[in-house]
Amino acid sequence: MNKQKFLETLEPLTKGVFKNNATFRLVLGTCPTLAVTTAAVNGLSMGLATMFVLVCSNAIISMLRNFIPRKVRIPAYILVIATFSTLVEMIMRKFLPDMYETLGLFLSLVVVNCILLARAESFASLNPVLPSVMDGLGIGLGFTFSLTLLGLVREFLGTGSFFGIRIEPLIEAGLPMTIFVLPAGGFMVYGFMMVIFNVVVKSIENAVGRRKSCSSESVGAEEEIIDEDKLSDTENDNMETLKAEIVHASTIEGGKE
Amino acid sequence: MPYVLLIVINAVFVNNFVLSRFLGICPFLGVSKKTETALGMGLAVIFVMGVASVITYAINLALVAFGMEYLQTIVFILVIAALIQLVEIFVKRFSPSLYSALGVYLPLITTNCAVLGVAIMNVTELSEVNVLYAFVNGVASGIGFTIAILILAGIREKMETADIPAAFKGFPITLLAASVIAMSFAAFSGLSF
Repeated sequence: MNKQKFLETLEPLTKGVFKNNATFRLVLGTCPTLAVTTAAVNGLSMGLATMFVLVCSNAIISMLRNFIPRKVRIPAYILVIATFSTLVEMIMRKFLPDMYETLGLFLSLVVVNCILLARAESFASLNPVLPSVMDGLGIGLGFTFSLTLLGLVREFLGTGSFFGIRIEPLIEAGLPMTIFVLPAGGFMVYGFMMVIFNVVVKSIENAVGRRKSCSSESVGAEEEIIDEDKLSDTENDNMETLKAEIVHASTIEGGKE
Repeated sequence: MPYVLLIVINAVFVNNFVLSRFLGICPFLGVSKKTETALGMGLAVIFVMGVASVITYAINLALVAFGMEYLQTIVFILVIAALIQLVEIFVKRFSPSLYSALGVYLPLITTNCAVLGVAIMNVTELSEVNVLYAFVNGVASGIGFTIAILILAGIREKMETADIPAAFKGFPITLLAASVIAMSFAAFSGLSF
């Protein structure tokens, strides 16, 4: 495998972490993002659990992409995803019972995490196995990274600890603000982090120049070329494109009845 | 009867689905640009959550009887997906006007974690369970969702004309607005039972 090819293989991975970051750029999977990030460790384990399901389901869906009929693809994807998320649930219950208790309901809800369906629909169902696995890894890593970061900030501001280690001087100085581990603080931290991430990514993109946006994707599946002037609009559109896709899929299914 | 009232107040205000449990955030952020669409989505969610609660409750009885609780997630999500498809076909056939109002939102609900969430919560978290309580919990949770999304949509409509810094436009400012709403709903936690 020469260097060029190697870089091409890695491309979905790096894209998933920054350009297509699920949490801050695509704004998908927001429920677990907000709900479990009261501590960094929770964010990390939720991210890893989701990554595992994402990689496995992407691989399977990509293998089956020529066998799944177009009309029933959404239920088929959901079935594959549900299988793996049940698997994760069982493994967690057996080996990490404490974490299983903490994540609770949201571990079962991995199955309705829109990241999984979105990647299945817009990437895995159109690409061969290896790129799909790489995409799963990339998006999964990006998701884990964002969740851990959010958890870190909320834990630090809300309880004055770092990965569960209490920082006594801060706690004595009265820094911890309980609001940051409450729902309101979750929304707030997420909002501000998104602003920071947007600004950082935008300045990096400006520095790199438009070279990247010229290189076309191997398959025209992704339409996420970021128009730098209309950053937030593009985000909105991504979400709406996904929803429109799902609606479209279901209307085709329904229409045949 | 008092327990029913307790479930309703708890689901609508104290543990609001969106603002304190973080379920159904995707539609909450995605479909809240206009109050009309927000209302449509809310009504569809109330309807589906009510029906799904009853059906998943019944199915759970069967699962427990056969000792197959580990299949809960898979079975629930498939049942919900099928149910939504069925509801769509029925509404389309018998009430075209309702279909044109709710139609677009029904398929979106398949990936709304609130529906699966309420189904799982009904069988794991309610202290006393029967069909009525499950149904009431479903409907009340849907109402909680509708209230939250309507408030946010109202705020977002006002923000359309506001002068917002470029980096905050779109989702960030929406999240901050949601944060303020969540803060006000946090006051209800004093009511906790």
